[in-house]
Amino acid sequence: MRHTIAVLVENEFGVLSRVAGLFSGRGFNIESLCVAETTDPKVSRMTIVTSGNDQIIEQILKQLNKLVPVLKVIDFTGTETVDRELVLVKVNADNGNKAEVLRLVDIFRAKIVDVAPRCYTIEMTGGEGKVSAFLQMLRPIGIKEVVRTGKIAISRGA
Amino acid sequence: MQMTGAEIFVRALADLGVDIVFGYPGGAVLNIYDALFKNTKVRHLLCRHEQGAVHMADGYARASGKTGVCLVTSGPGATNTVTGLATAYMDSIPVVVFTGQVPTLLIGNDAFQEADIVGISRPCTKHNYLVKETKDLARIVREAFYIASTGRPGPVLVDMPKDVLTTPAEYDLPKEVSLRGYHPNYEGHPRQVESAVRMLLTAERPVVYAGGGVILSNASPELAELARQLSLPVTTTLMGMGAFPGSDPLCLGMLGMHGTYTANMAISHADVILAVGARFDDRVTGKIDEFAPHARIIHVDIDPTSIQKNVPVDIPIVGDLKDVLRKMIRLVKGKKEAAAFREKTLAWRGQIAAWAKTHPLTYKQGKGKIKPQYVVEQIYRITKGNAIITTEVGQNQMWAAQFYTYDRPRTFLSSGGLGTMGYGLPAAIGAQVAMPERLVIDIAGDGSIQMNIQEMATAVQYRIPVKVVILNNGALGMVRQWQELFFQGKYSQTCLPQIPDFVRLAEAYGAKGFRATRHAEVPDVLRKGFAAEGPVLIDVVVDPGEMVYPMVPAGAPLTKMLLV
Repeated sequence: MRHTIAVLVENEFGVLSRVAGLFSGRGFNIESLCVAETTDPKVSRMTIVTSGNDQIIEQILKQLNKLVPVLKVIDFTGTETVDRELVLVKVNADNGNKAEVLRLVDIFRAKIVDVAPRCYTIEMTGGEGKVSAFLQMLRPIGIKEVVRTGKIAISRGA
Repeated sequence: MQMTGAEIFVRALADLGVDIVFGYPGGAVLNIYDALFKNTKVRHLLCRHEQGAVHMADGYARASGKTGVCLVTSGPGATNTVTGLATAYMDSIPVVVFTGQVPTLLIGNDAFQEADIVGISRPCTKHNYLVKETKDLARIVREAFYIASTGRPGPVLVDMPKDVLTTPAEYDLPKEVSLRGYHPNYEGHPRQVESAVRMLLTAERPVVYAGGGVILSNASPELAELARQLSLPVTTTLMGMGAFPGSDPLCLGMLGMHGTYTANMAISHADVILAVGARFDDRVTGKIDEFAPHARIIHVDIDPTSIQKNVPVDIPIVGDLKDVLRKMIRLVKGKKEAAAFREKTLAWRGQIAAWAKTHPLTYKQGKGKIKPQYVVEQIYRITKGNAIITTEVGQNQMWAAQFYTYDRPRTFLSSGGLGTMGYGLPAAIGAQVAMPERLVIDIAGDGSIQMNIQEMATAVQYRIPVKVVILNNGALGMVRQWQELFFQGKYSQTCLPQIPDFVRLAEAYGAKGFRATRHAEVPDVLRKGFAAEGPVLIDVVVDPGEMVYPMVPAGAPLTKMLLV
């Protein structure tokens, strides 16, 4: 089962390699990993999407907690969350399909951020399902390049 | 007062009560060696290889309970510590290794004697540091000792660039450590402890499974008291040897791959297992799906990651064993439930006694070649169980565990988790430094001893009177045993025809050498060797055909033991 885990860490030298090394060293999966500073510049927040059975997830959470620079670990499974991913995608934009691209951009509330002859660069944010659906719709038109941030998540409510 | 980083470092060690450092100098740590030269509080022991230095610090820590300290230079000095770090990490031994590093500005430039030791050692340390500024040095030294010795202990590495050691700064050693991401939990949850005792008292066939954590937590007296209050049979892991008195009638001996028949049968038939400071290692459980099929499990450990890692646990308790066992004792001591429990488990103890009677650990010393088990037994007799035993890895290690009885903690020092050949001699030196009055013996094999034999020079230089008994079978015995049993006797690369003359080797180092080739002379040779002054190597030529039994083949359940 897939889990989205937030990890608050000391924003210090080598902390990313400690977390990443823990996953690789113990044979855990990382499907995506996002990391950036929080409001406290001494603390970074990672969002990790991983998968495994209950026993593996329990180990992942415990092992993360055991790392000295890890301050807090939150497993979002079973809780109400908002999650988003940002995707930048370059698609073919010939005279024949420009209109179709624009229509999709409109439907998915995406944005065209760069225009070149025969190519649009589109920015889109959304939940996992929306991002996948958008890319699926663009695929027949011709995706030249795509870059995704990986998922970030935050709990709902105060 | 302004001091250089090197002076701050040495001062911090002294202020933290470090009395000895095991080390090896080099370019990146010259300033520290200069500061050490002027210092009178911190003694330095010059090893002959950095791996030896870490094992010495490790042996020192295991024998004394204090934190072992090691100091080496950058690059190869640092990488040579990796096996020692991994050994200490697997066995949860408090060791702090300080490494020199190239100057900050050169880091990443492939400078001379540069190695990314923080990156290399990350997976085999509890935590590690790169010191970036001299003002942080004292605090980091303080934190390193704190992390190494608290919670589940383990090795910590501190990497110190040369410029950090030469730059001056104020000396400011913090009194307290505050790490917001590190809070080991010592107190076992009272309600969990109550549930555990309730479950334990429902048992008809209880077994305590005690590991190295009991020794690390200094909880042997508590374990003994609980076991006696409830007449609980106790089996120990290799790491737990001595955690519970081996000569106690309740002691079942070691369990697992080369455990006793009694211990393996008891754990396999138990209905409640109280696991204390043990981690259900594969060498202990055998085939995991068939491990202790009838048992409900109570698992007490200070490290939450040890619990539920390999086996499902019914009652997990995170906490220090000393605290948890005391709470358990309080709940049963003098209670009539305890008396009733002892009564109802009488039949179980009868069954255990019957197993012990029909299948004791055994060997036959005929008139022919010397049996290695006989040698270990003689060592026990001669030392009356009062020695500190270290081992190498392989057959020597298993026989040392099986045929010497350990009644006290910190008397059996062995690389259990990593299985590091070459551990025994340097560990013995470290233990002897910690316990100068005790007799320290390394029970070795002819293969393992050659992996860190260079430390004989250290022992001779500092007159550290360790005694090494080599069970010399001319082979890498344990690997050959597997080839004998599972690879149709094809001894691929396990015979050692070119073995040095250990007696002359000892003499070349300036130590004393003895040899026994007939079983009748073994007791005398051992006695002479142990009585001789200074470091001693005793070469005992043993039967090369002898194998370690019982044995649970890898991947088999504990009940499928090869008995002889």
